[in-house]
Amino acid sequence: MADVHLPSTLRPLFDGLPRHVDVEAPTVLEAIAELDRRWPGLRDRLCGEGPSLRRHIHVYVDGERGDLGTAVPANARVEVIAAISGG
Amino acid sequence: MPQTVLLVGTRKGLFILESDDRRDWKARGPLCEGWPIYHAILDEEGTIYAAAASEWLGSSVWRSSDMGETWEQSSEGLNYEGVDGLKLNKISSLAAAHGKLYVGAESVGLFDSSDGGKTFSLVSTLDGAPGREVWNDPAMQPPGHLGLSAILPYPDSPDHLRVIVQGNSIFDTDDGGKTWTPRNKGLRRDWPPPENPEVGFCVHKLAPSPVDSERWYQQNHVGTWRSDDGGHTWNEITEGLPSDFGFACSAHPHDRETFYTIPLDPGHGRTMHDGRASVWRTRDAGSSWQRLGNGLPDHDAHLGVLREGMTADSQDDFGLYFGTSTGQVYASTDEGDSWSEIASYLPSISSVKVATVG
Repeated sequence: MADVHLPSTLRPLFDGLPRHVDVEAPTVLEAIAELDRRWPGLRDRLCGEGPSLRRHIHVYVDGERGDLGTAVPANARVEVIAAISGG
Repeated sequence: MPQTVLLVGTRKGLFILESDDRRDWKARGPLCEGWPIYHAILDEEGTIYAAAASEWLGSSVWRSSDMGETWEQSSEGLNYEGVDGLKLNKISSLAAAHGKLYVGAESVGLFDSSDGGKTFSLVSTLDGAPGREVWNDPAMQPPGHLGLSAILPYPDSPDHLRVIVQGNSIFDTDDGGKTWTPRNKGLRRDWPPPENPEVGFCVHKLAPSPVDSERWYQQNHVGTWRSDDGGHTWNEITEGLPSDFGFACSAHPHDRETFYTIPLDPGHGRTMHDGRASVWRTRDAGSSWQRLGNGLPDHDAHLGVLREGMTADSQDDFGLYFGTSTGQVYASTDEGDSWSEIASYLPSISSVKVATVG
């Protein structure tokens, strides 16, 4: 099971969405698809057409910058981050 | 007692201003989790819809059926998946009519929802309309492009709609979006025409008279205009105003000859002229204009008002309202003769829409 950490700004949008979720999926894309099955609409918040990650959504798998095709090893830590911008 | 409700879309969420007497106002917000709100409306069923576009989390329509106490959001179907490589960058305009909710987007497209904003379907990307070949090219767009920036359904048929494509044209469809006809005859532009001179106009805001379906007004990038034939042809009425440029305008709810606009300095700042907050009114369909500033700040007031920033209610002694890029909302209940500030410190305002409920 990967431990997927989600941006705090997602939590008010989906009932019962915790800050991090255990997900079993071979890739980031499939992990997000699994989250979307549990919380319908969540995929659209992270991905646009393609699918592709939204411009300011970054994903790290075990500390390495990834994308939707990045493999998710068992017991990986996946961090989904809404990138900081502005000032 | 009926209550007047103002839906104020801002860069940092939706705010609701409410009043029983249009003198004392209470504000609620920020709503919609502080997402930027480009436009918000109340439909005939009493549901609030807000077009929101987050830089991080994309675009979604927020909805509330209890006047903003609780909210849900959905973007199911609001995308261009598989359509000609288009990408939905933001949703910018809403309209409700004939049991449908319409949504305008950038890249330019029209969506609708028949289930109250739970799911959406793509109606049209205006394929075949003149200008379509270039208007989704970022190199051809102004900063902050809104795409389909306004949707005006006609009351006669759900297939009959008027829209604005920002920086390009007014278009009509009478077949539910299959074909689109430009409606810009008589408009002026101050730049070279595109290949098809029927389009290439920068129309900011359309204001149909609620009492005469043939009478329309518009504020655009280079002037103020009136139509006496339902928008098929346009006559310029800019003379007497301090500038060609402005965004927001409003038709009088009961008098076809009276119209309001807010001229802005056409330079980079796009704020009211000379730091004097002013609304301009014509009572003779544009033959003459009066500056209205009683109660508005008359110096050091560099206020901007965007295209959806002005609205009028439909009461007999109707109320007129506008919201500024610096977060003030002003109201008048005497046809613009005097104004009061009813909100002072909101985030930058994108849209103001009024409704009377109860």
